[in-house]
Amino acid sequence: MADSVPDEEPGDAEPDGGVRAYTVRLELVDEPGELLRTLEPIADHGGNLLSIHHERGNITPRGHIPVEVDLECPPERFEEIVGALREAGINVIQAGADRYGEEVNVILVGHLVETDLSDTLSAIQGTDGLSVVDLSLAAPEGMDAVSSARVRLAVDAGRAESALETVREVAEGKDLSVVEPLLGGGE
Amino acid sequence: MDLAILGAGAVGRSVADLADDYGHRVVALADSTHAAVAEEGIEADAALGRKEAGDPLGSHEPEAVFDAPYDALVEATPTTLGDAEPGFSHVERALADDRHVVLANKGPVAERYDELRELEAASAGSVRFEATVGGAIPVLSTIEDCTPESVTAVRGVLNGTANFILTRMAAEGLDYDHVLAEAQDLGVAEADPTFDVDGTDAALKFVILANVLGGGGFSLADATVDGIQDVPGSALELASEDGRTIRLIGEATREGVRVGPRLVPENGALAVTGTRNIVQIETREAGSLHNSGRGAGGPETATAVLADVGRLD
Repeated sequence: MADSVPDEEPGDAEPDGGVRAYTVRLELVDEPGELLRTLEPIADHGGNLLSIHHERGNITPRGHIPVEVDLECPPERFEEIVGALREAGINVIQAGADRYGEEVNVILVGHLVETDLSDTLSAIQGTDGLSVVDLSLAAPEGMDAVSSARVRLAVDAGRAESALETVREVAEGKDLSVVEPLLGGGE
Repeated sequence: MDLAILGAGAVGRSVADLADDYGHRVVALADSTHAAVAEEGIEADAALGRKEAGDPLGSHEPEAVFDAPYDALVEATPTTLGDAEPGFSHVERALADDRHVVLANKGPVAERYDELRELEAASAGSVRFEATVGGAIPVLSTIEDCTPESVTAVRGVLNGTANFILTRMAAEGLDYDHVLAEAQDLGVAEADPTFDVDGTDAALKFVILANVLGGGGFSLADATVDGIQDVPGSALELASEDGRTIRLIGEATREGVRVGPRLVPENGALAVTGTRNIVQIETREAGSLHNSGRGAGGPETATAVLADVGRLD
């Protein structure tokens, strides 16, 4: 009798495009090379680093430095990454969707400066469970011309669609256009 | 099968050219002013040669096509919006005569799907339209094989011109107008690229997909459509800083149709480059399927037409 070959477990990931954003909170010993030692296991396991907040001014009572790493990876890789971090002796305080459910990137296009970008951001941020974690502005033709801003938002789990609705409304009020992420499909 | 071909543009010509290879015979071929009709099969090369030389394609009126002894009408006249005429009347006539219809023209299935299905129900002929969505890429037949009920959404890139422009803008850091001019020089964009860049062409295809998924009920007016004309180079630059890029993405579900520039992972499946097209078919039980390939072009689209002809009966 031939051995049966078990079917491959597909998991819930789309291996070719289904990456998701995660936040990992760490505490690092204040020694040279510690940060680099943290980033290696992430990259080695297919994680893509989005941002690092190194809170040097916020040292813990035990003398450790809190670091928040935003990364994206296919969902089935995430546990591997956290496991690899712990194996490397890094103190993982919080991992995954516990803190921020999801991160959503949007690009705003239009007369961003003229329409008061900081007011735009506060209008977006004023909504429950929605915070701007990162902003990048590109105005190659000067501040008076059309410019673009990439805004990274942290939203509560399951609230991405309503967050985008908020962004859409705020943008419409200022005649800005929004390039939204493709939720469910490519992200 | 004996084919009557209406429309002698890139697709109609290629169907006439390739029909023989696929075991079919062309008994009529018409452009907007003349027709070549012959019961024993027309000489497509000769007819097309006459057209190319600026002479009438044949000696008959275009309407004479309907009197030819054809089994399937290939409707490859230009897509029109609104009442989808004259394409719709062509389909109506063929179905009334109990003949099959294979569409390359998107108008009738995007704008008047429900009426078309009613006409089909009353006819011994049937309607197929693989060529209207994604050129050579088997999209509708893949959905048919999955059974439409188990497909929850179709997303993707179904306009090569817009995709080419966005790809070039991202790669070269150039602005929209510059790349559009380049695309026109290369023949990738038409002299009037409006429907490609404003999202209309892609929207028609996703409306057709929504009709297939939902059993009808959609027309272009039901789609939310944004184009790529206002996407500046700086937006692509910012997207790429974050491992993403911008593509003109369409989405069709049973709830509706949306087309617009969207952020997608730079190395993700949907970020095809150049004029390539892709669809992601999301299924209830089996995850996502991706079909990618050439979404336009005469011979490419003609293969979809001829594949449909092969599926008849």
